[in-house]
Amino acid sequence: MTALAVENLSVRYGAVEAVRKLSLEVKPGEIVGLIGPNGAGKSSTLHAIMGAAPVTGGDVRLDGRSLIGRRPEDVARRGVALVPEGRRIFGELTVDENLRLGLAARRARRNGHGLDRAYDLFPVLGEFRSRQAGVLSGGQQQQLAIGRALVSEPDYLLLDEPSLGLAPKIVDVVFEALAKIRHAGLAVLLVEQRAQRTVALADRSHVLANGELRLTLGPQDAGDTDRLVAAYLA
Amino acid sequence: MILAFLNLTWPTFASGLALGGVYALMAVGIGLVFGVLRLVNFAYGQLIMAGGFALAFGSQWGFPNWAAILFCFGVVLALSVLMDWLVFRPLRGHSPAVMLVATFAVAFLLQNIALLAFGPLGKSAGALAILNAPWDIGGVFIKKIAVISVVTAAGCLLILQLLLTRTPLGLHMRAAAMDFRTARLLGVRANRVISGAVIISGLFAAVSAVMLSVQELTVVPAFGTQDTILVLAGVVLGGLTRPVPATLGGFSIGFANGILGGMLPANQSQYLPSLLFAMVIIVLLVRPDGLFTRGGSAVERV
Repeated sequence: MTALAVENLSVRYGAVEAVRKLSLEVKPGEIVGLIGPNGAGKSSTLHAIMGAAPVTGGDVRLDGRSLIGRRPEDVARRGVALVPEGRRIFGELTVDENLRLGLAARRARRNGHGLDRAYDLFPVLGEFRSRQAGVLSGGQQQQLAIGRALVSEPDYLLLDEPSLGLAPKIVDVVFEALAKIRHAGLAVLLVEQRAQRTVALADRSHVLANGELRLTLGPQDAGDTDRLVAAYLA
Repeated sequence: MILAFLNLTWPTFASGLALGGVYALMAVGIGLVFGVLRLVNFAYGQLIMAGGFALAFGSQWGFPNWAAILFCFGVVLALSVLMDWLVFRPLRGHSPAVMLVATFAVAFLLQNIALLAFGPLGKSAGALAILNAPWDIGGVFIKKIAVISVVTAAGCLLILQLLLTRTPLGLHMRAAAMDFRTARLLGVRANRVISGAVIISGLFAAVSAVMLSVQELTVVPAFGTQDTILVLAGVVLGGLTRPVPATLGGFSIGFANGILGGMLPANQSQYLPSLLFAMVIIVLLVRPDGLFTRGGSAVERV
């Protein structure tokens, strides 16, 4: 049972219940979208999977084995990579050093072509290889952040609002890259604010509000604006 | 000539460089741990004190020099790792104030243990003291230990630089110092990075212990304490969060200490610490972001 499964997950920060009994699953070759308004619990779900948020109930299973209680670095080393919100690249390190950091999570039996693949997927990174990452544009930094996550050759890729603050043209680049990543057999869990594009791209999209799953949409629903709006307002 | 008027001679200049080199190592040792733990280890001086006593006892027990130095390294490393396990790790993530006070407590605890165990008079640094004999370098007589200190410090810093820039562990340590949370999410192992910083920091403390014991001839329970305060002042002077400026800051204050120590007449040497700290205050008033920071701020980034 190759899958990343979230089962009845609850996350609580002090008095705030960020995620309530959420269940979802993502399998190799799939993109699963997670959309919803700010504060719906999307990022908290990703952080809970990574072992970086306080889980108060439920389970996260990777290929059948629970990830609860594991440290973020151990989750990463089991093949789950996160592209964090705000990209979080290391501005003072070079592009190449940022990518090499991704190797920290590489598992021993992998063939080690991760770096080349990141450069293939985002050619612009190769051009700026030895520049400080801080001088890249927002779109280039986002490509770097995704590339860095792929370097470790993960099985599961989690992305937290990768299109945030990007020009439409760059958003196209990012979404095209995600389609390629799915085609390569990775499982992608995509948190986004661009609901319509996400629904169109993903195999399934879950709408979250107030930490709860409200609705699940398929690609055929992408044109159904009324249904999307209703889901957000529900 | 003005240098002659100031009583600045080549040997004085050399001991300034030597003390500057040792202080630079201490600054890096303190800075590495600060980088990954956001903890200013005030007890760094007590690591050096312990190393000094280890060297002195090793010599007293008739160890050959290499064995006494090895013993010193062993004691300092064991104590650093112990400090990390018993104090730093349990307190990780607490407020900087809590951690600073904790390291103060450790510092005074160790200093008082040394006072009880070894008495206030301290011990002679032992057989290595012969390194205070001079070498004749082109007609100028320079203490051997001064040359050895400068070369050793430069070598240690060079090796560290290579480690930080050429190895995965070094890259992980630099990333952890910039943004620990993100580094962990990428798979950087927190424990390994912290252990790496603590061990290198301990190694530098051991090297400093050997150099300082020989330079100062006697090891007392307060050994290393004033040096640590001066180094901390130097590190702040340079800019705490930036490795190179912090190192330069440590070097500068050690250099100033050595030079002024040589220039002041012997009966006025008690004014030396006041003079140094007055200089630190003036520099901080003029350049609050640090002496060696360019333009932008040296403020810790979130």
